[in-house]
Amino acid sequence: MADLVIADHNNTALGDGTAKTVAAAQKLSSDIDILVAGENAGAVAEAAAKLEGVRKVLLAESPALGHLLAEAITDCVVALAPGYDAILIPATSAGKNYAPRIAAKLDVNQITDIIDVVSNDTFVRPIYAGNALETVQSSDAKKVITVRPTAFKPVGEGGSATVEKIAAGAADAHEAKWVSDEVVKSDRPELAGAKIVVSGGRALGSAEEFHKVIEPLADKLGAAVGASRAAVDAGYAPNDYQVGQTGKVVAPGLYIAVGISGAIQHLAGMKDSKVIVAINKDPDAPIFQVADFGLVGDYKTLVPDLMAALG
Amino acid sequence: MKVLVPVKRVIDYNVKVRVKPDQTGVDLANVKMSMNPFDEIAVEEAVRLKEKGVATEVVVVSIGVQQCQETIRTALAIGADRGILILTDVDADPLAVAKLLKAVIAEESPNLVIMGKQSIDGDNNAVGQMLAALLDWPQATFASKLEVTGDKASVTREIDGGLQTLEVALPAIVTADLRLNEPRYASLPNIMKAKKKEIASKTPADYGVDLASALKVLKVTEPPKRGGGIKVDSAAALVAKLKEVGAL
Ligand SMILES: Cc1cc2nc3c(=O)[nH]c(=O)nc-3n(C[C@H](O)[C@H](O)[C@H](O)COP(=O)(O)OP(=O)(O)OC[C@H]3O[C@@H](n4cnc5c(N)ncnc54)[C@H](O)[C@@H]3O)c2cc1C
Ligand SMILES: Nc1ncnc2c1ncn2[C@@H]1O[C@H](COP(=O)(O)O)[C@@H](O)[C@H]1O
Repeated sequence: MADLVIADHNNTALGDGTAKTVAAAQKLSSDIDILVAGENAGAVAEAAAKLEGVRKVLLAESPALGHLLAEAITDCVVALAPGYDAILIPATSAGKNYAPRIAAKLDVNQITDIIDVVSNDTFVRPIYAGNALETVQSSDAKKVITVRPTAFKPVGEGGSATVEKIAAGAADAHEAKWVSDEVVKSDRPELAGAKIVVSGGRALGSAEEFHKVIEPLADKLGAAVGASRAAVDAGYAPNDYQVGQTGKVVAPGLYIAVGISGAIQHLAGMKDSKVIVAINKDPDAPIFQVADFGLVGDYKTLVPDLMAALG
Repeated sequence: MKVLVPVKRVIDYNVKVRVKPDQTGVDLANVKMSMNPFDEIAVEEAVRLKEKGVATEVVVVSIGVQQCQETIRTALAIGADRGILILTDVDADPLAVAKLLKAVIAEESPNLVIMGKQSIDGDNNAVGQMLAALLDWPQATFASKLEVTGDKASVTREIDGGLQTLEVALPAIVTADLRLNEPRYASLPNIMKAKKKEIASKTPADYGVDLASALKVLKVTEPPKRGGGIKVDSAAALVAKLKEVGAL
């Protein structure tokens, strides 16, 4: 039978977790459909149809789906589930929100945050903040799987699948109502898929300093901005900048950590980056144990030096 | 209004876990255990609702070995009213935990369940959403703000790109994110008081739930280690190195 991949999107653009999740799905089946559940999301469906190896794209639209409400998406997916062996979902905040609801409605366990497919029923996933890897076998007939996007290479864009509109399910049948979104607008690349990430930690000391020091360095490098939990908790950076075990997982080509100590919870979100740079005044900070290149000293002089050296 | 808070006993977040050489799991012998940090936030939030006069009773429930009693006591010291311990040696999977919690809810009829978004051992981030599905209740996960008025809750959630506010009709499931609150330290008098609070002892069989799992752990291994890096002595040297390895 076939696999269903649920697209990661914001109604206007397809998130890059989708192409990576299709790559994971290809290890299970060659018949892959994508569900775009949203509102006014035609452009997203078109983008999904271009992904290589996709059989067809299903487009379901309603206001509740547009707000990515778990109850609505679950109804939509559960109705489609009889046609699929496996349902794969990118492990974004949205995916993590609805995937377990889908699994429980189908009376199966979720196979969470996989980083490798061993066989049709066996997967590898990190546990304990990535300090251990679990190889787990599922005997559930239908598999609901969340996929860690950074662990898979995206499929290409040479495809030309058809887009088929499907029913969205009953509107407003649920007791959860969307009230508002407060989305941080930024011209920088998206954190989860960025090629370079510059992250700031508690050392920055204030939101002003974070803007003044971290953002220009990121802009010079065309990088996304990240932060440690301590920096987010203190209000130096918005919540969706948090990199780590319980924030975003990133694996860019270059990760620059400024004034971050390197707690295991932070490392869990960035230690698969290709090259790691740490700037920290404490030569014994744990971040240096994972850094390829360490600069010991005060960021207040080292970041301007770095800006100058970059030219 | 009654609030139920499920709390899990996990390896303390400060402990560096070690994989057992026989690859059957991680070493838990003589390792410090604590309440899952997200559950502490959930308990704090429930107790604050009680202090505000919104909640009338806060009940905590833990599923696991006998020592989960200590986890429940910690919650009682923060201010929860009573506990339920569901004793089992089985490391129940998220679906089984959700089924047990559903059975507890059938008995307790809470108006609101506040729980952690994720346990830091299994890193599942699943039980809250599964429980909401089994009960057909609305869910508001990854909460950074919760306000209860009458039979509704307004919940601000941490999402990709920022924040989302939902209004959910009660009963509902709310899962706590890091920014929801900062849990208090229990005072000595409250720790003493907690010793006298009631903890009911149950088993999964009392609820008619089978913990057999469709998930079988074949092995647990260590992640690949990063090769050691070097320290460079200037920003200029750093840029040269980054160009050398093709990172810039
Ligand atoms: C349940 C739970 C989940 C968590 N999830 C996450 C998560 O997802 N992501 C995350 O990041 N954390 C997470 N944490 C928090 C984590 O444990 C650490 O507390 C946090 O990462 C520390 O942030 P930090 O490195 O910025 O601050 P600190 O640990 O305080 O480090 C600051 C660093 O800055 C250096 N410094 C200070 N001044 C300067 C200067 N002038 N120049 C250069 N260097 C300087 C110091 O030497 C120090 O190393 C979690 C914790 C818990 C309990
Ligand atoms: N054994 C357990 N006993 C009580 N609560 C649990 C247990 N396992 C999970 N939970 C609750 O479910 C939340 C999410 O856990 P998980 O889905 O395993 O990441 C936790 O933060 C707890 O509130």
